[in-house]
Amino acid sequence: MSEKILLIDDEVDFLSAMSERMKARDMQVTTASSAKEGLEKVSAESFDAVILDLAMPEMDGIETLKILKEKNPDLQVILLTGHATIKQGIEAMKLGALDLLEKPADINALTAKIKTAQARKMLIVEKKNEETIRKIMATKGW
Amino acid sequence: MTIIDRIKPDFLRSRNITTGPFRQMFNYSRIWQWAMLLTSLVTLVPLVLITAIDYNVTQQSIESENLLRTLRVGSNAKRTISSFLSERLAALTFVVRDKSHEELNDPAKLAVLLDNLRESYGGFVDLGVINSDGVQTTYVGPYSLQGKDYSDQDWCTEVQDKGFHISDVFLGFRKVPHLVIAVKHTLPDGSCYILRTALDTVRFNELLTTLELGGRGDAFLVNREGVIQTPTRYQKDIFENISYTIPEFSENTEIREDKNEQGEPVIVCSSYIPDSPYILMIIKHKNDMMQSWHQTRLKLILFLAVSISVIILVIFAFSTYLVNNMYLADERRLMILHEMEYSNKLASIGRLAAGVAHEINNPLAIINEKAGLIKDLFTYTDTYAADTRIVGLIDSVLSSVERCGIITKRLLGFARHMEVTLESISIGTVINEVLTFLNKEAEYRNISVKVDVAPNIPEFQCDRGKLQQIFLNIVNNAFSAMDVGGKLTITVHPDPPDHIVVTITDNGCGMTEEELGKIYEPFYSTKTKTGGTGLGLSITYGLVQELGGKIKVTSTKGEGTTFSIQLPLHPPQKAEK
Repeated sequence: MSEKILLIDDEVDFLSAMSERMKARDMQVTTASSAKEGLEKVSAESFDAVILDLAMPEMDGIETLKILKEKNPDLQVILLTGHATIKQGIEAMKLGALDLLEKPADINALTAKIKTAQARKMLIVEKKNEETIRKIMATKGW
Repeated sequence: MTIIDRIKPDFLRSRNITTGPFRQMFNYSRIWQWAMLLTSLVTLVPLVLITAIDYNVTQQSIESENLLRTLRVGSNAKRTISSFLSERLAALTFVVRDKSHEELNDPAKLAVLLDNLRESYGGFVDLGVINSDGVQTTYVGPYSLQGKDYSDQDWCTEVQDKGFHISDVFLGFRKVPHLVIAVKHTLPDGSCYILRTALDTVRFNELLTTLELGGRGDAFLVNREGVIQTPTRYQKDIFENISYTIPEFSENTEIREDKNEQGEPVIVCSSYIPDSPYILMIIKHKNDMMQSWHQTRLKLILFLAVSISVIILVIFAFSTYLVNNMYLADERRLMILHEMEYSNKLASIGRLAAGVAHEINNPLAIINEKAGLIKDLFTYTDTYAADTRIVGLIDSVLSSVERCGIITKRLLGFARHMEVTLESISIGTVINEVLTFLNKEAEYRNISVKVDVAPNIPEFQCDRGKLQQIFLNIVNNAFSAMDVGGKLTITVHPDPPDHIVVTITDNGCGMTEEELGKIYEPFYSTKTKTGGTGLGLSITYGLVQELGGKIKVTSTKGEGTTFSIQLPLHPPQKAEK
């Protein structure tokens, strides 16, 4: 099953290369070259994982992460950054990021992370479905 | 090391740094010299001045008192001698007035008179009556001077003129010194006769010798020609000329300073005895007179010497102590400045490095992804998948990117102050763990490693990972400095009260002084060609500081290098950021 991911990074070169590599690994990749664009795309469709850069102009990664998580708490976000301080790392974890990887990242490590994200997403969706069914069953009196 | 070197204060031993940002606040040896000089001046000058004044005043007062006393003794003696002579003269005058010429010319009566005079006055040797022609008409006494003609003698004419005469002392027939007193008596008929007596000088001498003069003091009579008339203790013999000049005539007792034959200073007190040819002389040695002064002077000088020594000693000790403490405080200040500058330098280099690393990471990521993409393209395209040469090239690009990534991560790690996670560790175990990483290399290169941990090192709270990294870096460096068959010694010993010191010594190539100064700077490396990043020791330095320790290095080119790491047994309190 192919993973559906969104790449948010202000470096277009990085985006294109990365997305092609991801595609080569059977993933459905959408790219966004700014936080704003990324947010728009997230609200338009659902993704298994979002790969988010920390250092971006206009709106940085942490801010974006905050908004993403507010809108969609179940969204799996992996931060990928040139360099993060400990403080940023902790902040990101508190906000519910799945992980923080440093550039240049190994593609295999990244794909492994994405698979984890997808699995987690699946788990959450399953749980939700279960709950919904239980609720329906309760209301219908089955 | 000589004793002088040992007591030499630190500030005199060190070189004075007068320029540059790390110059000392003062020139300590100059301050010390000035402090010594000024304090000595303000304390010693008044002391010496007062002592000198006291010295002079005391000397003068003792001197003048001595002179005064001598003068008093002189005038008393003069009065006594004068009254002695005038008494005898008065006795004779009384006799010639009381007795008639006939009575005196009667030898029997004259003999009774002589006896009476001897009994009542003493010293009378003989008695004779001389007529106006100068012939001794009657004589009683031990000699046969009856009929002796004195008319040709000077004294005879003097008596005729003056009415009395007191002679110089002379040796008589018995070789005993004596003097003559003669008085003239004029009879109512106008004729005259002379009563003459000889006195021995025993009483005289007694008078002079009993004078309290002290030391080598001497009192005697001379006549007006300077011939000694009475025995002396220290001068020439009787009837010889004195060696001093005869003083000018004066009615009063005079005192003056002179020199004796030996050239020693003396006090000469002289006094003309009235109505006689005698001059009383009192000679005193100045040194004897000043005996008490000499003692006082010795005490004074001794007191001064002791005071000066004590003052100088105290000033020396105190100035040295103060200046040395100032110097040490300044040294500490400079050391802290040095350290601050060094850590500032490291911090700014660290910030720069972090900035650069951060900026480089992004393009590096692009290279990584592009190269990865190319590799992907090749791998997933059947045409090229078999072309191992191109895949190999791309792999080498990727591995270079990875290496760059490691460098930037290390750089960032150097700048980043990671949290210290404390756990109880045993230093020996940590060292052995580190050595297991390097066992293979040690074996391969035949390097002997000796670990010597003192048994009384307790377990202590420290960050295991950081400690491992520190030792790994240093041991790695040591390994690369040593040739085949090198020797590495690691010792751990306590540094009371609450530190331990780990010493890592190798017998490798060593470093020069210049190299030593730079080893903690990032990117300084002597093995750039063999893949060193030049970050190992700067990271080590940062790590040791984070653990609250200190790192020191000594090295001799060609002989080896020793790193000593001092670690606290109790983790330091978090410093304010």
